[in-house]
Amino acid sequence: MNDNGAGSLFTLAWTFGLMSLFAVGGANAAIPEIHRIAVDVRQWMTDTQFADVYAISQLSPGPNVLIVTLIGYHVAGLAGALVATLAMCGPTAMLAYYVSRFLKRSTRSRWPAIIQASLVPLSIGLMAASGLILAQASDRTWVAVAVTAVAAVLAFATRLHPLWLLLAGGVLGFAGIV
Amino acid sequence: MPLESPATNAAVPDTGPAAGPSLIELFMAFAKISLAGFGGVLIWTRRAIVEQHRWMTAEEFNETFALCHFLPGPNVVNLSLVFGSRFRGIAGGIAAFVGLLGPPMVIVTILAALYSHFGEIPALRRTLAGVSCAAVGLLLSVMVRMMLPLAKKRDWIGLALLVAVFAAVGVLRLPLPIVLTIAIPLSIAVTFIARRSTAT
Repeated sequence: MNDNGAGSLFTLAWTFGLMSLFAVGGANAAIPEIHRIAVDVRQWMTDTQFADVYAISQLSPGPNVLIVTLIGYHVAGLAGALVATLAMCGPTAMLAYYVSRFLKRSTRSRWPAIIQASLVPLSIGLMAASGLILAQASDRTWVAVAVTAVAAVLAFATRLHPLWLLLAGGVLGFAGIV
Repeated sequence: MPLESPATNAAVPDTGPAAGPSLIELFMAFAKISLAGFGGVLIWTRRAIVEQHRWMTAEEFNETFALCHFLPGPNVVNLSLVFGSRFRGIAGGIAAFVGLLGPPMVIVTILAALYSHFGEIPALRRTLAGVSCAAVGLLLSVMVRMMLPLAKKRDWIGLALLVAVFAAVGVLRLPLPIVLTIAIPLSIAVTFIARRSTAT
């Protein structure tokens, strides 16, 4: 926890509130921007801590966006966790609520489909960027790169539950192999 | 059915005529969805809403989700508020929203507290490093799976946009707002032109 207090809560609130408006394609596509802000701009945490926090968010149940809860806690404790989560989720959820009321039953327009289709390549590109940034933070040895590659292939080619792959990675790490 | 029930009784179950889920049912359903969902909650959401509770048909669900998908922000979180409000007004939306985020937030906060106390222990450090290697692998597999349809359609323009966004954000580390301000209008224009030329 860095500097506690209302100042950092306010910073968390507007940082994540603003960021959420640019989070197209879900939480995994927002990782690069979250990383840029948390590690490079605000220097709330190191690269390694960011990779840790991402790992924890993947280990726990719930939507992937909860990585901001962990960052909020790291910056300003319990209040920080709450403020960061609400800032990241509240404004866009309200926006979705008002847009859905506005569009109610009158969506014969093809614009939603066109906008959606045009956002697909962008959000995949952002996910690729997330992969690169997280790999740079966590794959520091060739063994680590191999673990990532094997996990990717297994997740792609089999119906194995993701949690097993995460736990297997954890066991390899605990054993000092990674 | 009062659609705008006052927010003050957000925690009280609405015992009105049984048309759709009550506030408690909304909260519980989304809490269960959330706690079952490791690495992505969408599959569980669809299963619970469409198959288990039959609160929406598959088409209604797709329509609602499509809207939440093209708007910014965490998609499933958006969906919870929109879905809940369809049945119980804004109070229902908040019940679903709190159900989805509340319980996993408690878990994640406990994990965060443990990490801040024990994060420097070497064994835990090594374990988390291993987990994050695997987590990156999972992310890459999801990415490839999403990319396949574009590659199959030979959507070269889409793939070029994908690579450009990847390079700008991943390699050059440019701020997301700047990249999207350029990329979104460009992509919409390209998609619009491509669709018009295939339609005629």
